[in-house]
Order: sequence, then structure tokens, then C-alpha cells
Amino acid sequence: MSDIGLGHFLIVSTMLFFIGIYGFMTRRNMITMLMSVELILNACNINFIAFNKFLFPNQLDGVFFTLFVIAIAAAEAAVAIAIIINLYRNRKSIDAEDADMMRL
Amino acid sequence: MSASTIIFYILAAITLGGAILAVTSPKIFRSAIYLLFSLIGIAGLYFWLNFEFIAAVQVVVYVGGIVVLIIFSIFLTQGSGSDMKDPVKIRSLFAGLAALCGYCLTYYVIQRTEFHPQLEQGPAEISVARIGEQMLSTTEHGYLLPFEVVSMLLLSAMIGCIVIAIKTRSIK
Repeated sequence: MSDIGLGHFLIVSTMLFFIGIYGFMTRRNMITMLMSVELILNACNINFIAFNKFLFPNQLDGVFFTLFVIAIAAAEAAVAIAIIINLYRNRKSIDAEDADMMRL
Repeated sequence: MSASTIIFYILAAITLGGAILAVTSPKIFRSAIYLLFSLIGIAGLYFWLNFEFIAAVQVVVYVGGIVVLIIFSIFLTQGSGSDMKDPVKIRSLFAGLAALCGYCLTYYVIQRTEFHPQLEQGPAEISVARIGEQMLSTTEHGYLLPFEVVSMLLLSAMIGCIVIAIKTRSIK
């Protein structure tokens, strides 16, 4: 790791984050929106790990935050997919525009 | 340009290329497979930084768990070979513009900021034993309380998933 510094990792994670934002805004299918959210959470994890490595190399706090983010992302994905499957059973479609059952 | 630099750029290219293809591919199943490549690239970045435990957790939870769950839900909800509806043109244009502006702003802030590494005394290597001891300790820098809270969250998420996705018998 000669000339790769913290800035390189921050730029990679920023690009990944905004790719996820673009996907979240353009996709109409709920499963692909969920995939964009996973990309955003992974960008955040890269940031935690890079800060831990380059700024606080003797501590472990970034590792713990990354582990908790991964655990919460797994729970979130499971609940979201359960909701999507239930919605598909009722509506036969998982487009975000068709999910209007809570509208008055 | 050393070998580790080249490896870093290859891993970053796999990650970002997979991510771009995952959000733009018109077929949903291919999109999930591109997401798989992107997540493996991120695990490679963790290996590059010598965080082997986090890389293993990334592979096990994301690649082995979440992507498989997404692929199963694709099979359960729609045909995997058909194209999805195209995104709205004007919405796609403005989303790209917003993402580009946000990226430029963040890039500017990153370039302006000076980071000061804090080199204190203490063991520098990240061993799994050290992670485990600090995660389950109740002393000042221990993470026992968040650990227990996450375990409660996972239990409640599991029960919630079963309750939401269970097939209710229709009353006649």
C-alpha cells in the first residue's frame, strides 16, 4: 500500500454511493430498488473500514460499526422481501407505482 | 506503480463496473448477478486492507445470504428472463444529474479536507480474538449492549418476516 491513501477509498465509496442513489431514483421495480439500497449501505461500510485503517489503525471501532451495519442490512433485506412477496400476492406486480393500497 | 496499486485499481473497477451494470441492466436476473460481482469486489477491497474477518463476513452475509434471498424473490415474483419496464426518460436524466452534482460536491469536500492520522500506542494488528474480546466486554470500550440490541433486532425481524409473508387462508 504505497501510494493508495484514504482519498482513493473515499472516492470509490462516493462513486458507489451515488451509483446507488441513481439506481434508487430511476428503477421502478421494488427488488432493484432494494439492490440499490444494498449498494448505498456497502459504500458506507467501505468508509468505516477505510477510516479505521488509515486514521485509527490501533482501534477497532470501524470494524464494529461495519458488523452492525451488515447485520441490520440483512434484517432490512429480509423484511423488505417479505413485504414484496406479500404485495405480489395481492397485486401481481411489484412496481413501486402499483403499491397504492394505503391511499385513501 | 507497484503490484498492490494495480490490484487496488482492478478491485475498484470490478466494484464500480458491477454496480453501474446492476443499476442499469434491463433484465432483473442479470442485475442481481452484477450486484454479486460488485459485492465480491468490495470483499476484495477489505482483503486488500488486511481486514480478513470483515471480508469473510461480507462474503458470507451478502454474497451467500442477501443475494441468494434476492434471487429467490425474483423467482417467486416474476419471470427472470423478461425485460423490465424502461425508466422514465426525464426522471432518469434528472437522477443522473443529481447524482453527478452530489458526487462533484463530495469530491470537492474530500479534496479540501486534511485528515490527521492518530498513531497511538497499542497493538496494530486486527486479530479475530481481539475483535471478539472487545465486542463482548462490558468495560469502557466494550460493545456488549449494541451486540444484544442487534440480536433482539434480528429476532424481531425474523418473527416479523414470518408474520408478513405467511399465507393466510382466505375465509369463505
